[in-house]
Amino acid sequence: MNKIQVNRWKDQLFKIWGIGCTLVGLILLVLFIGDILIDGIMRIDWGFVMNLPSRKAEKSGIYTALMGSLWILALTTIIAFPIGVAAAIYLEEYAKKGRFSALLEINISNLAGVPSIIYGLLGLEVFVRILNLGASVLAGSLTLSLLILPIIIVATRESIKAVPSTIRDASYALGASKWQTIWNQILPASSGGILTGVILSLSRAVGETAPLIVVGALAYVPFAPSNPMEEFSVLPIQIFNWISRPQHGFIENAAAAIIILLLVTFMMNAVAVYYRNKWQKKWN
Amino acid sequence: MRKFKEGFIEKTLLTSALITVAVTIGIVSVLAFEAVRFFKEVSIFDFFTDSQWTPLFTDKHYGILPLLSGTFLTSAIAISVALPIGLSISIYLSEYAPKSFRKTVKPMLELLAAIPTVVYGFFALIIVTPYLQGIFPNLSGFNSLSAGLVMGIMIIPFISSISEDALHAVPRELREASYGMGATKLQTAFKVVVPAASSGIIVSIILAISRAIGETMIVAVAAGQQPRLTLNPMVPIETITAYIVQVSLGDVQHGSIEYRTIFAAGITLFAFTFVLNTISYRIRKKYQSKYE
Repeated sequence: MNKIQVNRWKDQLFKIWGIGCTLVGLILLVLFIGDILIDGIMRIDWGFVMNLPSRKAEKSGIYTALMGSLWILALTTIIAFPIGVAAAIYLEEYAKKGRFSALLEINISNLAGVPSIIYGLLGLEVFVRILNLGASVLAGSLTLSLLILPIIIVATRESIKAVPSTIRDASYALGASKWQTIWNQILPASSGGILTGVILSLSRAVGETAPLIVVGALAYVPFAPSNPMEEFSVLPIQIFNWISRPQHGFIENAAAAIIILLLVTFMMNAVAVYYRNKWQKKWN
Repeated sequence: MRKFKEGFIEKTLLTSALITVAVTIGIVSVLAFEAVRFFKEVSIFDFFTDSQWTPLFTDKHYGILPLLSGTFLTSAIAISVALPIGLSISIYLSEYAPKSFRKTVKPMLELLAAIPTVVYGFFALIIVTPYLQGIFPNLSGFNSLSAGLVMGIMIIPFISSISEDALHAVPRELREASYGMGATKLQTAFKVVVPAASSGIIVSIILAISRAIGETMIVAVAAGQQPRLTLNPMVPIETITAYIVQVSLGDVQHGSIEYRTIFAAGITLFAFTFVLNTISYRIRKKYQSKYE
């Protein structure tokens, strides 16, 4: 074999290796999900969704945890969505290039990289202790809101940036003020991208466990929360609690709860991807 | 009137932007405040040199090294899985794969990063550990090996996605020139494209490391709760993050020294990720406009 042939061989070999690596990730994903389905699918019925937690595995349900997750989701959306979008609009449309905006930018990029458990420590000290909210749904939602704020800001800025400047100029030419232009033109034009970012960030919030454990969310709550000041559990914490128990029945419960959590997460991701594709077509 | 309204709106938006600054100040001051009180009772020297971490026992030791070694061990295993696989995927997708394949596979891989980490914890403890015990009979039920391996799978998309973006951004002409000289795709990829995209690749690796260090639920579920100064991947260990979870699950009095240990551990973790994030931000800013 001469050198050219050897090089072609290497090239082909790497190609096979590359396909292999790509498939490894996907195959493991399928294997894991398949195993979870086998472990848990038989456990899912109406009772599992509607029952309160119990010491007996076969009587336990996820009702309180599911309601807790829905509460967290709703409050986190209400808190993080307006603040995140407003901050992004400021950075993209108002902030003048300079030290101040550079500082804001570095800051947001750093926040995005702070481990989620650190946000838990912040929430524990500020919301639970200093503001005296206790281990409530509100304290948990505020903590998660701060956690997803950087994700919403980055996604919103990207979408605003993608709006062609011709739209802006046309609006100004008709005599619209800056805010009228933003509110009537730029936001509607970038709504698809913003929505994608918000949904993705919320799907992250639904799956978060560590910061809520630190804030003091419980593994066992007897009733679903009825207002934001009550104690709560969420689906991932319920799963964590069940995984940590030795009896096999709880492992089955954990697998069943994971199926429901993954269903929620994947659905949110699918909706986000759908909006992103729809929105990308608009400008291309 | 209109001017007033516009001004008011701008102030409101500015306030929202300033909240992000307040968050950073909040994190730093909360961690620093509690850590300072912690270090009034425990000497910094002991904190960094004592080889035992037993704040919850009667014989209390406050040496962070065992938690650091646990964090280092799981992260190192995770990176040694994610780096070769993630990088190979990014090179394959950017240089070899047909466009349609790339477009379908990339979002599917990104799904790996969307799965809640507690679910990965389940995989590690219930599926991977028993399987590995078939190969290594002396593997403990809790160990850093399976936690690290599963974490590696989780962070593959961090490396593959960002690196692929960087490789994809390298101008076509550079590749054409290399092919014109008779180079194969492989030679072009490693000698031309990868060096040209190196800053983006380095950023992806740093972000992956930072993510691995801060990862909590996988290690809390599967790696154990035994702070141990070791590099043996077969035995139970504890990471900084898992320790914080362990204390949070228990009934620790606010204001006690046990309560403050989680902030001392937290500020150590924060310091590491802060340095990594800052480096990656610098690199990104410096090379952002290279090919635009």
